[in-house]
Amino acid sequence: MHELSLAMSIVDMAQEEAQARNAKISAVHLKLGLLSGVVKEALLSCYGMACTGTPLEGSDLLIEEIPVEIFCERCRAPRVVSSTQWFSCPDCGTPSAAVVHGKELEVSALEIEE
Amino acid sequence: MSTPRLLEVRKNVLKQNDLVARALRDRFSAESVFVVSLVSSPGAGKTTFLEKILTLLHERCHVAALVGDLATENDAVRLARSQTPVKQITTGTLCHLEAAMVQTAMKGWNTGRLDFLFIENVGNLVCPSSYDLGENIRMVLMSVTEGEDKPLKYPTIFNSADVAVITKMDLAAAVEFDEGAAIANIEAVRPGMKIFKVSAKSGLGISDFMDHIAQRRAEAVSTQVETRS
Repeated sequence: MHELSLAMSIVDMAQEEAQARNAKISAVHLKLGLLSGVVKEALLSCYGMACTGTPLEGSDLLIEEIPVEIFCERCRAPRVVSSTQWFSCPDCGTPSAAVVHGKELEVSALEIEE
Repeated sequence: MSTPRLLEVRKNVLKQNDLVARALRDRFSAESVFVVSLVSSPGAGKTTFLEKILTLLHERCHVAALVGDLATENDAVRLARSQTPVKQITTGTLCHLEAAMVQTAMKGWNTGRLDFLFIENVGNLVCPSSYDLGENIRMVLMSVTEGEDKPLKYPTIFNSADVAVITKMDLAAAVEFDEGAAIANIEAVRPGMKIFKVSAKSGLGISDFMDHIAQRRAEAVSTQVETRS
């Protein structure tokens, strides 16, 4: 359960931006890869706690889940895997350990009111 | 109230950890220390395996270990029997190690003469996957008593590892361990990963593993010399 410390990092980052721009943040957009090791529901419930008593209290955390994409050597193209339990090309079945997307844990945008 | 405006930022939430990990990796690389981290569920046999490896490596080169646990220094005491330098990181209630904890533990520790440093993470197959510790390779261990489907239950950590070790092979027959299924499951979540079957008790597979990390270290050191020249 490391979601609370991650939620606190997200709040800190957003707060820094808010202060720098003298703006109020109404929502934080987050890209969350399915291989990030973070549970969406846990992060959402921790976010509320992490915001308490900060200028971000009442703001929303909007999570965009990023599927796992591998690079298929045979197809010479990136492919989204059908399951995180099977790292193989969904088209030709070739296994691949080259992960292109899915590890994201990134604040992508902030909704601000100036 | 004004309409909210969308501001693009693109900030990695783990940036702070990644920066510290990078600094550690630079230090280890400059000192030619090869760093191996160990992750597994509690009770998979990390400490027993590591004690065996440390004891054998100690006879031929300079090794040390950092060991993370929620509480107690029992593991450090066990590992110290190998006669190698061991430091304990007690994380309190934190379920994983972070790069900053490794950095703090390394402070004032002269690691310049080391060939290998092992970092044993807290027993947990979930949280440690997100945190880079500056290691050269991450090793995931699973024991034959845990069930062959462990890799499918925890694909994230298995996918993030470089080497897999199946421990307690001496118990395989007693627990009717299906070796083929376990290997297929590891392959499914991390195609091409090197897999070792070991028993710290009988010594099975230990020398193969030692040869492998010696080779990985030699490769890392030679790449580094090439980069510098």
